[in-house]
Amino acid sequence: MTLLYSEVEEELRAAVRGVLADRCPPAAVLKRVESDPYDLDLWKTLAGEIGVAGLLIPEQYGGAGASAREAGVVLEELGRGVAPVPFFTSAVLATQALLATGSADLLGGLAEGRTTAALVVSFAASPYRPGRGSSVSLDGGRLSGTVSAVAGAEVADVLLVPVGGELYAVEAADAAVQVVPSLDLTRPVATVAFSAAPARALGPCDLAEVLRSGAGLLASEQLGVAEWCLDTTLAYVKERHQFARPVGSFQAIKHRLADLWLDVVRARAAARAAAGDGSAVTVAVAQAWNAGVAVHAAEEALQLHGGIGMTWEHPLHLYLKRAKATETALGTPGDHREALASLADVPAPASLADVPGPERGQQ
Amino acid sequence: MNEADIKERVDALLGANDPKNRLEFLRARFDAGLAWVWFPEGLGGLGVSRELQQVVERELAGTPQLNTGVQGIGLGMAAPTVLAFGTDEQRRRFLRPLWTGEEIWCQLFSEPGAGSDLATLATRAVRDGDEWVVDGQKVWTSGAHHARWAILVTRTDPDVPKHRGMTYFICDMHAPGVEVRPLRQITGEAEFNEVFLTGVRLSDDLRLGEVGDGWRVAQTTLMNERVAIGGAPVRRGGGMIGPVLDTWREHPELRTHDLHQRLLSLWVEAEVTRLSGVRLREQLVAGHPGPEGSGMKLSFAKLNQELSGLDIELRRELGYDDWTFRRSEDLDFYGRGAGYRYLRAKGNSIEGGTSEILRNIISERVLGLPSEPRVDKDVPWKDLPR
Repeated sequence: MTLLYSEVEEELRAAVRGVLADRCPPAAVLKRVESDPYDLDLWKTLAGEIGVAGLLIPEQYGGAGASAREAGVVLEELGRGVAPVPFFTSAVLATQALLATGSADLLGGLAEGRTTAALVVSFAASPYRPGRGSSVSLDGGRLSGTVSAVAGAEVADVLLVPVGGELYAVEAADAAVQVVPSLDLTRPVATVAFSAAPARALGPCDLAEVLRSGAGLLASEQLGVAEWCLDTTLAYVKERHQFARPVGSFQAIKHRLADLWLDVVRARAAARAAAGDGSAVTVAVAQAWNAGVAVHAAEEALQLHGGIGMTWEHPLHLYLKRAKATETALGTPGDHREALASLADVPAPASLADVPGPERGQQ
Repeated sequence: MNEADIKERVDALLGANDPKNRLEFLRARFDAGLAWVWFPEGLGGLGVSRELQQVVERELAGTPQLNTGVQGIGLGMAAPTVLAFGTDEQRRRFLRPLWTGEEIWCQLFSEPGAGSDLATLATRAVRDGDEWVVDGQKVWTSGAHHARWAILVTRTDPDVPKHRGMTYFICDMHAPGVEVRPLRQITGEAEFNEVFLTGVRLSDDLRLGEVGDGWRVAQTTLMNERVAIGGAPVRRGGGMIGPVLDTWREHPELRTHDLHQRLLSLWVEAEVTRLSGVRLREQLVAGHPGPEGSGMKLSFAKLNQELSGLDIELRRELGYDDWTFRRSEDLDFYGRGAGYRYLRAKGNSIEGGTSEILRNIISERVLGLPSEPRVDKDVPWKDLPR
């Protein structure tokens, strides 16, 4: 396994970056964010012309049969652009869930970009608590209940609902999707409610595993967010003058940026490792590190931009909001560190209740 | 030349020489061009890609090995500098015994008044016919008491700005006027020395590079030093976190919730740092050395310091293994007791470029940020405030 990028991966990156630079630079994302955040025309281009929608789908279903490594590169670029397209929610999370069921008709539609799907799971759920935020139950082939904080549901044609270890498909028209005001303006969340909605059983769903592979790839998006924040801040401090010098010539600023760069360098290695092997350890490591690095990069960017960073007109806040909301998505850094206690054999202290009486006095 | 050619040469070496005779074998290995294959032929190498060294090391794993501890400065810093700037005669004279370990090297760079600002150094070398007379004081000199030779930077022209008036020499550590005194550290022992140079006469044959070009020569040495120090552990859970994890696993009664949170955070940081090291080595092998190298030593120093500090808290360790003032023969950051590891790690953010200087280097050379305004650039060295 290599942690470097292949030539094919760099070509894919260049293609995605080119389309984003052309069609939705950060200023354009900002302009639409309060009216109609998702840019579905852009999504059609990315899905159809560059073929990102079917990256993870095997060729037998009409996809590209690529690996998580390529999907990671696309996510780095989408993170750099806080691009308002449902790649992560449809082409990663929902697709991963569908792949285990082998539902050829749905996969075919997704691969072509004709259909967009969403996995109806709370973004606050994690591989360790996959059911958090969901109260859906099945009765006579129909689903009832609600799921909070679902991402990408408002632009999905089909909703994929995991219930009791099985995956069900519900047409979007048969559910109530209510977008709520969200911290992340470019990937808002919605409450999805079902009231005896007709549902089609697709097959088994190991939700924890789906969320784990999603969490591993989310680290690549977080890397992209952090990279944009670092690059944009570097450009700004080279240009902005105070005390008759570029502010980037002050050591107080330079040392912060050197430290941030080092955090980002390590986030890149962590993201590549998670996209490469997807094991429980590398995913937990990548999430525990990259989620924090993205938030820190956005916070440093805001501080080092001074007053302009606090204004609505500068797109920086889109990155801060994406980073902070995504820190919670699919497990907080703390959740992932806690998981490492057993994954890496660094066991927690015994609770006081487990310690026999006389020993307890000595603690 | 490919892997098969190398193997053929290794077989020929093994056929003609008995590895049981350590020194003879190492000399023969050097002469066969199997010391450092990327060096030129006749100087211990074959003039081939550095990647092929892995083949040699694999094939000769069971034969006598170099002492990379005491030979570290020779191999890591002096050799690349002699190769880059030495005359043919100097290369032939010095590289073979340097590599075999017959002659140990040390580094006479830092001075009491010139640390981070090395270019301000004050040790004078004055020309006297075919010789130079050297006077001054150097410090933090690891292994000076073992050394036969030293790489030495001196001030030869005090009337020009500091970067321009330096000259680089190979110093004979056995010459009259060289005095080596151990310098005791906070750990109790003496890894380092102070070296006093009083009227030391060096032949002009020992000059490395042109007169006045010492700073450029020294840059070659320093670049190689930082690569040598920054190596991250290859194994997950290796390096400074190793002894902490051992204690944690063997002594459940010592665990606390606070330490658990901190240890998990450090475990993650150690692991992402290790992965960056793996990625960096991949880039080197692929022939695209990335700027990541300058960051490895920064991460390594911070992790070593935090982990060794946590280790003492975890063990509730109030003792110390040995305060005796003695020469240390070997250096192992992860050896000895927890107290030693904690104290020794404090040096990691100072030696080989302080963490502050490394942040300057990263911000200026990697990130392209402007330098601080300089007051010393165009002033003759003799007029600088000291």
